This record gives sequence, C-alpha cells and structure tokens, in this order.
Amino acid sequence: MKILLGVNGVSKTVEVAPMRRLLDVLRLDLALTGTKEGCGEGECGACSVLLDGVLVNACLIPICQTDGAQIVTVEGLSNGAALSPLQRSFVSEGGAQCGICTPGMLVASHALLNQTPHPSEAQIREGLAGNLCRCTGYTKIVAAVQKAAATP
Amino acid sequence: MPLVGQSPLRKEGLDKVTGATRYGDDLSFPGILHGATVRSTIARGKLRSITFDPTFDWNGLTRVTASDIPGDNVIALIADDQPALVSSEIAHCAEPIALIAGDNAERVAEAIKHVHVDVEPLAAMLDPIAAASSPNGVMKDFLLEEGDLAAAFARADRIVEGEYRTGYQEQLYIEPQVMIAIPREGGAVEIRGSMQCPYYIHKALQRLLKLRPEQVIVIQAATGGGFGGKEDYPSMIAAHCALLAKKSGRPVKILYRRQEDIQATTKRHPSIVRHRSAVTHEGMLLGCDIDLLIDGGAYVTLTPVVVSRAALHANGAYRWQAARIHARAVRTNTPPNGAFRGFGAPQAIFAIEAHVEAIARELGMAPHALRRKNLLRLGDVLPTGQVLRSSVASREVFEDALQRSGFEEKRARYAEERTRGGRKVRGVGCSVFHHGAGFTGAGEVHLKSVAGVEITTDGRARVLAASTEIGQGTRTIFAQIVADALALTYDDVDIEEADTSLVPDSGPTVASRTCMVVGGLLHRACKEIKQRVPKGTSLAAWAALAPLEARRSLMQYTPPPEIVWDEATYRGDAYAAYGWGANVAEVEVDLDTGETTVLRLTASIDAGTVMHPVLAEGQVEGGTAQGLGWATVEELRAKEGRYLHDRMSTYIIPTALDTPPIDARLIECPTPHQPLGAKGLGELPIDGPAPAVVAAILDATGFLPTALPASPETLLAALESA
Repeated sequence: MKILLGVNGVSKTVEVAPMRRLLDVLRLDLALTGTKEGCGEGECGACSVLLDGVLVNACLIPICQTDGAQIVTVEGLSNGAALSPLQRSFVSEGGAQCGICTPGMLVASHALLNQTPHPSEAQIREGLAGNLCRCTGYTKIVAAVQKAAATP
Repeated sequence: MPLVGQSPLRKEGLDKVTGATRYGDDLSFPGILHGATVRSTIARGKLRSITFDPTFDWNGLTRVTASDIPGDNVIALIADDQPALVSSEIAHCAEPIALIAGDNAERVAEAIKHVHVDVEPLAAMLDPIAAASSPNGVMKDFLLEEGDLAAAFARADRIVEGEYRTGYQEQLYIEPQVMIAIPREGGAVEIRGSMQCPYYIHKALQRLLKLRPEQVIVIQAATGGGFGGKEDYPSMIAAHCALLAKKSGRPVKILYRRQEDIQATTKRHPSIVRHRSAVTHEGMLLGCDIDLLIDGGAYVTLTPVVVSRAALHANGAYRWQAARIHARAVRTNTPPNGAFRGFGAPQAIFAIEAHVEAIARELGMAPHALRRKNLLRLGDVLPTGQVLRSSVASREVFEDALQRSGFEEKRARYAEERTRGGRKVRGVGCSVFHHGAGFTGAGEVHLKSVAGVEITTDGRARVLAASTEIGQGTRTIFAQIVADALALTYDDVDIEEADTSLVPDSGPTVASRTCMVVGGLLHRACKEIKQRVPKGTSLAAWAALAPLEARRSLMQYTPPPEIVWDEATYRGDAYAAYGWGANVAEVEVDLDTGETTVLRLTASIDAGTVMHPVLAEGQVEGGTAQGLGWATVEELRAKEGRYLHDRMSTYIIPTALDTPPIDARLIECPTPHQPLGAKGLGELPIDGPAPAVVAAILDATGFLPTALPASPETLLAALESA
C-alpha cells in the first residue's frame, strides 16, 4: 500500500503493508530511530509521536490510518541546530537519565504545552501519565516542563 | 572553582534530547540477521530431543543447539552452573534450548513454532521454604555472630517476633534487552548492545567460544536503563548472538520483546525474613536473632553476593549488643534471580524497619523515638566486628528527614484527624537505613579494577574505563573529577567508549561503586600524571612532546590499609564506607478500597561528597520512586514457576501521577577512604521507601503490612478481619 505522509514537515512516500505499524515505518523505513519501542502495546509511551497534532503511541497505529497525515517525532522538535526550550530544560534540569523514554516524554510534553502553555504540576503529571520513566521518579521531568513553560 | 559540586550539562545530554543517541536496536549492520530463542515451557524436565520440523522450509535459516558450542556450555560468572543452551536438564520454564536466525523477523518467529522440543517432565521445586531443607537446596549460607546473644535475651524485658516477606521485583528498564554479534576475522567476534558490564561478557564468551581475550571485543551501545537487570543477563544474550553469528557468518541481533524479557531475565530475589528481638521496656535494642531466606532461582548467577549483602544489612542502622544473623539462599526451579538496585539490602532493610515498627507498637513507644535511641553511632560495632570509625551520618539524615517533613507535627495532626472518622485516613511513617558502598568484603580486592587517564598530544584528557553510562551520569562525573584533578575544563575531557579493545577492566558498573571506586582510581591516575609534569611547564606543553607511556597512567585498586576483611571467617570491615539515609512517607488509605496513596516522600541521603547535585538528586528521586513502586503496586506472582505479570499492562510501575512529590536532600558526610570523600549513591535511596510506607500505613490504619507489595487486596483483607 502506498502511503503519503508528512514527517517533521517533510513529505514522504512509503510502499508498505497496510497494517505495518507507524513505529516500524518511522524507525525502519524512514530511519528515524529517535522514536523508541518499550512495550509494543501502548503502555509505556516511548513511541509517542504527534499525529495531526494529537499525541499517539506509534506502536498502535497501523500505517493505513496515516495517509495524508502530518507526523511529528522527537527529531522534529528542534529548529534546525537550535534546541527547543523543552529539549534544553530536559538536559539542564536532569529530566533525561538513560534517555530511552526521553523522545516520547519530550513529544508528550510538547503536546501538553501546545494545549496548556502554563500547566500546573498536576496538569503536567496528568499530561505525562502515559509515558513511563524508570530512572527519574518524574520529579526532574516535571521541573523541566515547568522551566520550559516559563521560558519566553 | 572546582567542577565537582557543580552541575555541568551531562556529556551525552544533547544526543538524548534530539533522538540522536543510538541504542542497541537503533544499530544495524549489512546482512544482519534477526535471532530468536526457543525456550522451555515447563519448570523442570529432562530434554529428550529437539526436532526441527522436516516439513518446514529451513532454507536460509540458521539453527543452533548446545552441540554447536565450541567451548564450555556455561555462562561463566561465579559458579559456572548455568548453560548457554540446555543440553540435558531443564531447570526453569524460560530456559533457552535452541536458537534460530534469519533475514526476516516474521519468518524467524514462524520457524520457532516448528521446533519441537520433547521433554520428560520432572517434579519441580517451587517453594523456597521446602527448598531450604531439600538436598542441594541451599546455594549459599552465612552465619554472622557478634556478642553474647543468650545473655541479651536473658536480660530482655520483652521478646518481639515477626516475619516479613517481599516479592519479586522486575527492573523494567524501558529499553528491553538487545544484543548484536558481528563475526570478525580469524574467528573473532564483536559484541554491541545494552549492558552494564562489558567485561562480564568478555569473560563469558572466551570460555563459551574457546577464544583468546583479544578475539572477543565487547562494546556497550547506549543503554536504556539497567538497575542490575543488565548486569549478568546480557552475557546470555551475547552468547546466543555470538553462536548464531559464528554459525551463519553474519551479524546477528537478538532483541527481546517485553514479555520474553520479563519471563526470562533476572528479578529481585523474593525474601522471607524472621526476626526475634530482645528489647527493654525503655526501648533499648539488646539482641537480634535473624533468619533470612532468599530465593535464588534455578542457577547461582550473583545470588551468593546478594545474600551476603542482605545478611550484612539485616541488623539495620541500629546498635545491638548482640546479633545472630543466619542468611540462606535457596535453589528453586524458577528463572534465576539476580541483581537489582540494592542487591539484597532492600529486602533485609524492609524486614528490620517493619520489625522496628512492630517493636515500637509492642512497647507503646513512638517509632521515631525508638529509632533515635538505637541508631548506630561513630565507634559502634557491626555484626561482623567492624568498628564504625568514620563517616556515620545516621543521626543527621534521620533528624533532617523528620524535621523537613514535619514528622511529629503531622503524626499528631493525622491522629487527631482520624478521631473525626471518615473513610480516607492519613498517616505518616519513617525509616532509617545504611548501605555499604562498593563490593562486599574482599570483592574489590578480587576485582583488581584498573582505570586510567591518558593525555593526548593536544593536551586533552581521555578517560580509560569500562564503567558504563546507563543514565546515572558516569561520563559526566568522570569528566568533572578528571578536569578538576588536572586543572582542565570540562570540555577538555573525553570519555573513551566502553569498548574492551580500548579500555581496561575497571570492574562492573554495579554496587554503587563507579564514583567511589573507579572515580578514585581516575583521581589517583591524574595525580600521578601531574607529578610527571615538570614544575613550571603546562600540561599541554609537556603533553605535546611526552611519549605515550608518560602521558598515560593506569591505576589498579588497592584497599585502604586500615580496611581489613577476613573472607574465611566473614569478619572485619565488610565495606570501606556506608551511606546513610532516612525517609518519611505520608499516605492516605481508602478504607473502602484498601488503596494506599503516597502523598509525599521526604528523603535525606548521605552519600558523602556530591559530585553533581542534579545527577545525585536524580539518583535519589529515581531510586525512591522504584522503592515506592515495590512497596505499593509492583506485583509479580508466579504459577508453576512462570511469571503471571509479564507485560507492561499487567506488571505495573508508577506513572507520573502515581509518584508523589519527592523532596530529596543530600547531606554530605565525606569518607576518608576516597580521595574526594564520595561514597556510593545509586542503591541507597531504594532501601528506605517501602518500610516508610508500611510504617505510614500502620500509623493510618493500625495495621502493619508485613509483606510487599502492600496491595489494596491485602490491606482490605486485614482491615476487614480487624
């Protein structure tokens, strides 16, 4: 099946089986390995991407549902060489330890700030509840999102 | 201004936030094959035959069984009892029996179904208590005795007994296990993947494949969390990849899916700890008689060291006039249990801390007052005869946690609140704990770790160590230590890859030893290099002309002369230094559902000098959250030796919503046994949250959970029967 989709603002065409997971298309067909797989069943959020602006788990999306869609992955968060405020604060505040949840965490945080530019701590925890981190205990991730939200 | 104590941006931070970091599954090599594992399905049996379905098209697929192993069929570690592939007896239900590799992962998955394993079932040992009295059931046995226990019990006003149990815990690193083997010239093999200990794999593959040291090259890929789960098991996967790569002549990747990862890899040892304590009416702890049992699973792996650490922490952070600690690890037909942050100490500390709550209740004393009265102090003697000569921060951390959390005020307030009734009740509980830093006893002496520094001709420093970056910040703190010692900038220090062909064996990345032990070696190496630079000459000017031998210094670990340990009698200085910690947990228990919500967790942690406050706090917060998960929601039960919760939808870890705000503070009580005063940090924070939570549940409900996790089901049952 031929699928046309925008990935991080670039048009891509792939010819793959209709039920191939968006995650595999990104990682294997388009070599965008920033998006990770932790569980393959939508529990961990390591594969979080934006699908037409909506936060989804790429492991649960068959590619046939994405024809004509716009996808944003972690690779699309920085503006060229410059890091986004979220990316900067994840490094400075210690929001990334082993880093495997970080791409999904960043995309989920990005989606949260798009919708709620100045979230409370409770809103941040709610917004990131679909993304598991085993390293940080979330404290520094919350701090990183708060810092990015406060960045003009 | 020194870099140590500041928080420079972590070395690999940029790549981690842009998606550029390459983890094992992000790596590929031309012609790479996908490997998969055929496993046993029953807990114990005799392997009669393996049949590859003759009607299936095996063309293009590589098949490996135990008969393909050129060397010894063992994963070399401590006891060398675990085979890489079963050749005769199956000892647990996830044991690897055969391997398949092919170009296409789907086809390999299909092929797995066409391997028929004929097994004669045998009776399996699944009960750790029964195993303790069965022939060959005990893997390792320790007895520590100090003081006159009979006299202590004779003097006691009260004798308090209790039994405490903890269940399995899965590390649940978010990146599943993954390994790649690449065949190299002359029969050599290169391994890349997710791992904590490249040299464990290096050792295991030499034995398995009959290779010389230089024929095995092990390179760590970026690793998405370890927590002990990637200490020894990666040697197994590397062995499998290497066997497939050798037979096929192609690179082979084995990636575990989550279910396979949970079913096959190591867990935190379940424990059963019995305490019998002699105490006075006034709350003096006189004697402890402790019987500790952990379930090692089917093979020895790291269990002897785990049970040793459990034994050495079983007395808790308390002064006893006499102690007897009997610790045993038993063998059952379940997948081997292994390393998990804390390494036996969390089980032992949960038991003693819960028991202290039971003693306080029995005596009608406030639990924090009982603790305060008996805390270990400078000059006290531990059950191995070790005298605490330095760096004891038990009091500082405990008082800090009580004070910052407002423990006493909250205890009174919640008690008053509870008198007003209501179906949601709040309570507050505390814990205090210590954790031996580095390897136990003579462990560091046996390891003979080597690490060093090389100055390049352009005046930069290159750190040579096999210690792995697994998220905790190894590369960053190494750069800080070396930059300070050589008066260089942070950016002037490069950390060589953890590649066995490039760096010496600085020992495994475990036991909270990286900063303390390996960091200490790097510091010494820098000092030696500095001494070689003539006075008045800059490091850069000297390095431009100096020969490599002069520019490089490799240091080997030697114990501080005043640290003495006798392996034969198990007496002496079990650890060169101890970290100290205290927690206060506040909980709300729903009396209708039995659900416990942790509202806030205060952690005061002394790990000596702090290298990097942001990373150090991250260790405390992360370890605390893992401890809270173990206390409340992480439940992993087994049936017929097989785990029932083998997916992320059934094995639950805390989300951002479940994890309370963690108020962490680092208190620095440096050790004189490390150049910078650093003690181990990684494991200490996980020791305290679970007992603090059960103490808070006791405060809220009057019921002391004695088994982990303190699940709504057990709580509800207890509250209903009360």
